[in-house]
Order: sequence, then C-alpha cells, then structure tokens
Amino acid sequence: MKYAIFVVLVLLLAAIALANPFILEPAGFLAFVKRAAPLVILAAGQYFVIVSGEFDLSVGSLVTVEVVVAARLIDGNEAATWPVLALLLALGLLVGLVNGVVTTLLRVPSFITTLGMMLILSGAVFLWTGGAPRGALSQTFRIFGRDTLYAVAIMVVVGVAAVLLTRATYGRTLIATGDNERAAALSGVRVTRTRILAFVISGLAAAVAGIMLGGFAGVSAQVGQGLEFSAITAVVLGGVALGGGRGSVVAAMGGAFTLEAMFTLLNLYGISGALEYTLQGVIIIAAVAAGAVQLPRLTPTPRKGDAHAS
Amino acid sequence: MRRSTSLAVVAVALLAAGCASDKPTATVTASQGATAPQASATESPAAGTGEQSKFFVQADYDAQLAMRTKQAQGPADKPWEQAIDPQMTDTAGYKKSGDVHLCFSNAAVNNPWRQVGWKNMQAEVSLHKEITKFTALDAEGKDDKQISDIAELTGKGCDALIVSPNTTATLTPAVEAACQKVPVIVFDRGVETDCPVTFINPIGGYAFGADGAEFLVEKVPAGGKILALRILPGVDVLETRWSAAKVTFDKSQLEVVGVEFTDGDAAKTKNIVSDYVQRHGKIDGVWMDAGATAVAAIEAFEDAGLPVPPIVGEDQQDFLQKWKDNNLTAVAPTYPTYQWRTPVIAALKILKGEEVPKTWKLPQPKITAENLDQYLKPNMPPLHYALCGCETLPGFPANWGGKG
Repeated sequence: MKYAIFVVLVLLLAAIALANPFILEPAGFLAFVKRAAPLVILAAGQYFVIVSGEFDLSVGSLVTVEVVVAARLIDGNEAATWPVLALLLALGLLVGLVNGVVTTLLRVPSFITTLGMMLILSGAVFLWTGGAPRGALSQTFRIFGRDTLYAVAIMVVVGVAAVLLTRATYGRTLIATGDNERAAALSGVRVTRTRILAFVISGLAAAVAGIMLGGFAGVSAQVGQGLEFSAITAVVLGGVALGGGRGSVVAAMGGAFTLEAMFTLLNLYGISGALEYTLQGVIIIAAVAAGAVQLPRLTPTPRKGDAHAS
Repeated sequence: MRRSTSLAVVAVALLAAGCASDKPTATVTASQGATAPQASATESPAAGTGEQSKFFVQADYDAQLAMRTKQAQGPADKPWEQAIDPQMTDTAGYKKSGDVHLCFSNAAVNNPWRQVGWKNMQAEVSLHKEITKFTALDAEGKDDKQISDIAELTGKGCDALIVSPNTTATLTPAVEAACQKVPVIVFDRGVETDCPVTFINPIGGYAFGADGAEFLVEKVPAGGKILALRILPGVDVLETRWSAAKVTFDKSQLEVVGVEFTDGDAAKTKNIVSDYVQRHGKIDGVWMDAGATAVAAIEAFEDAGLPVPPIVGEDQQDFLQKWKDNNLTAVAPTYPTYQWRTPVIAALKILKGEEVPKTWKLPQPKITAENLDQYLKPNMPPLHYALCGCETLPGFPANWGGKG
C-alpha cells in the first residue's frame, strides 16, 4: 500500500510504451529518467518539508534564480564553472535557511513564508534581468543536466542520500515532528532545528534541480515556473500526507516519476500543455480529500497534539 | 483542526494553480500581442496542419507576401528609415519649433526582443539634440496600467506620444483619447483606429511564417516529416505566422507530423523534439514561429546523436552562432528590432511638419546562409537580436550587453 504509486507508474509506462516502444530500450528509458531527474530531486527535498508538517512554495522561483544567476556569473567562461556551482549550492542552502528560520523562530506559517520567498525571488530575478536573462552557461556546467549518465547518476546519489537521511535518527525525529509536534518536543526532539534542516534540504534540492535544468535546456527566465506545484503534487501522489507525519521519501520520488510519466503521456497523445496544470490540480485536491475522508478512520493517529487537548 | 488543514491545502492548490495559469507571454519573441486570450483550439498532430486559424485574413496574407519582393524606399543602409509602398500623410498641422518633449508608452520590456528594442529607442533619442525631454512609462505587460500611462502622458505636455500597445482592442479607446491632444505614433502591434498620425511596423507575421515554411519546402525532399513548434495559441501575431506556414505546407509534398505548443520553454521544446524523434525515427525539418527555443530544438537532435535537419529560427545570436558553428541548413526570418528607432524619427518629422507614411511598413529581411556572416556578431550576448540596426548607435556594443 505504501508503494502503491509504483503500480500506477508501471501502468503509465506501459501506456507510454504502447505509443512509443522506444522507452523500453535502455537509451529510451534512461532518457525518461533523465527528464524526470530534476523533479525527482525537487520532490525528495519537498518531502522533508511536507513530512515535517510544512510547505515549501519557493522552490520554483529558486530554480529560476539559480539558472539566471549561473548564466550571468559564468558568462560562457569555463573557468568560472566550479566556483559558481559552489555559490549556487550555497545560495540554495541560504534560501532554505531563511525559510526555516522565519517559519520556526518567527512563527510565520510556512505557507506565507515560502509564498513570500517565491514572490521575493521572482521579483528579484525580474529586477536583476529586466525580464531577459543575460550571459551564458559553460559547457562544463551544462553537462550535469545534458549528459544522460551524469543526470541519472546525480539523481541516484541524491535519492540514496535522501533515503539514508530518512532512515537515520533525523528521519524519525522529522516524522515525529510532523506527526505530533508537542509529543515530539516533550520526548526531547528539537522541533525547531528539525524543521529548519528540512527547509535547508529543500533549498539544496532546488539548487541541484536548478543546476540540472539549466544544464538540460540552457538559460531561461521561465525555467522554474510552476515547479513548486509539480513537486508538491509529486509528493502527494506518493501518498505523503499533507500536514505531515506520514509517508516515505521513496514513494515521493516515485510520485515524481509518475507525474513526469503523465506529462509524457499527455504529450504523446498531443494533449495541450495547459492540461498539465489541470491534472496536477485534480490530483492534489483528490489526494487531500481522500486523505481527509478515509485515512482518519483507518488510522486514528492523533495529529499535532490537538487530539490530546480535546 | 483536521478540516482547517485540508482547507488550507486546497487553498494552496488553488493558489498555485492560479499562479501557474498566469503564465506571461513574455517569451513570445517578437511582438507578443495578447490580443486574444488563449484559444482552446489545439492542433491534432495526426491531422497534418489542422484547421486554418480564425485569425487568418486572406487579403492581408496576399498583401504581405507581395510586399516581400517590393523595393522599399529610403536610404539603403538605414532600413529603419525605409518604407514599402508609402502613402504619405500631411503633418503641417503639427509643426512646432524649439525643444521637443517626446513621450513613450511602452507595453513592456519583459522579453529579450523588447529589451533590445528599448535600448535602440533610447539610443536613437540620444542622437537628437532637439529632444530635451524624453518621458517613458513601462506598462509591464498590463493593459490597465498602459491605459492610465497614456492618460498620464497626455497630461504631461508631451509634444508627441509614441505608443507600443500591449493589446490591440483594449488599448484602442485610450489611443483615440490621446489622439485628441497630441500627435500619436503607434508601432509594433496596432490599434483599431486610424487616428494615429502613423502606424509603424515591419511587413508582418504572414511574411515571417511563409519565409520559414518556403525554406523547408525547398530544402526537405518530398514526403519529408515536418515538426512545427509554436509558442502558444490565440495570439494574433503568432497565429498569422503559423497560418501562413500552414498555407505553404498544405500546398507542398511535405508531411507535417506534429504541431506542438512549447510555451516558449526551452526544456519543454527539447522534450517535445526528443519525443518526436523517438516516435518517428527521423524528423526532416523543424518549423518554428519564433526562434527563442531554436537552440533547444537543435540540441535535442544533437543529444539523440542525429544530424540536425533543416530548421527555421530567428535572428537571435545564440541561434546564428549555432548555425555557423555546426554549418546547419537553416533560415532566420526576422521581426527586426530596428523598428524601435523609427517612431522617434517619425515623431521629429511630424513635429517639423514633414510628411510621413500613414502606414509605415519597414522591410523585413531574412537571414540565409549567404548573409549569415553579415549578421553574426560573436561579441554580442546570446539573446541579442541581430537586426537591431544599432551598430552605429552611441553606446554600442556595451549598452546591448556586448563586449569590445
């Protein structure tokens, strides 16, 4: 049940294979994995935030910022690649840290914090570029997203790291925090630190995804548009409960593959791109509605300490 | 609590959906007039070129295609001062002497094409000492802001008002009101009134679309598979490009295997092209309604280890560079940004009482293998538009982001 999403994924891949058998060949399958890789990484990052009971809406505009900043700073200069890569990762960590600190220490709901961060980042990009990005990425920079083996390898490394992290003590405290903040705090979990770290992980994931997306298709001021929504949809598809406390990171990443498979299928059957948003909207509402109606009856887990209070 | 959590989440979903559907047409390279909202019409890839666009007007199509071969009048080395078939209009009534306060209501500067154009215009203004004051307001792609911008500018003592309308129908009443007070010059997208003294733009979308399609008909052997990539449906200037290409393809022996919308997104373009290459084994030609994502389409072939087929791009530097470096079979129809210089020149002519063309049609060259070297400027940034006519302007190339 926990990994039901993979059944859906296999069905979708079979449907794709009917229209395009190339996906069954190693090269075709790897091309699909490469295409899904940035979303998988974003979903892994978003998982940590969602399972801790929060949201990160800033990842899409953070991806755009990463790509636009990279192009401007590298400006076609190969030698600048590595320092800029380090800077981009630091930028992702910093944005995550700010999101986490504002949400936990200043007690601003993460919905508002990260929505604000999304607006701040998109506004800043627009101001800085005037709407048209300048500069160019170097060949070395682009290889991470453009070369299939690099892209798949990065995704695997991030995926394994995410799984190890959830299996470690941190993963358990994270779920405890999302499940029942008060109980977690009373049993000695440093709730604030746990949540801040979740936002930092999400910021880092967005930085990596940005590097890969910039590498895949080059500079664009639209590159991150709507990605926060795709990442949240992917996580929800993977059966992770919005509100926190339940779900696995493997299923969240499976959700990202599934969502990408749906997009590919829509494309294959020539259905307008606008429908992608509709589909995501339906998924997210349906998943939340299903979670709210059924799951409480099956698993009467007290959440966020409210049950104790009542 | 549980209920309020789910409500909040639904709110997230709705809100995010709202943001997502607010997709700006910013990436539409040339003049992305959002005259009509996104139409629901979708082309079925299996049905060749599909239905003709409801924006298609046969008379305009015929006129534009005829204009391509006409000799424009004016100085040969300054295409921005040339005009095709000019019907001059008298401007003696606007004659004034002394300093000029020139005003400009700009639809937006939210894409590389408009950025280059805006720099052209500022540099052109700086050439004329008689313009002592230049007031420009940026409508940031919003009709309502541009309507109030125009009203504000007409009250500021402008001697002439240049308008680059955000959308055609909505801005018409605002332009009509301005015409009562100052001479108005409209360029790029039009308005539905002839009250402006002059309306300036290049030949147009039909010529652009046909230039690309005719190239593919010439270069791709009969029976070849063509993939047509469009940015989005329902925008007049883009619909005309595609509808002209459709007419050309329908008359040819080529098979249009797909007409897809890319949203102007490089990653999506690359994915679409990869999917088509996988599904059809081979794509023999790529037509595009704007060149911003041409390099992404080329990379899709490269990454699949295939030769790049004949392709249609635009005059953006990154595409021209790729064309040169890889010796591609390509053509670049243009919607030249040098048209941003012309309104300033027109305004000064009008204020001197000199006659100007009522409909000022600028030449719209295409870049071919023969003249590629003339337009390729390796020191310019990747998103620069080659037909800027800006090489002799003050501040070139640094103000346009170039080196040297």
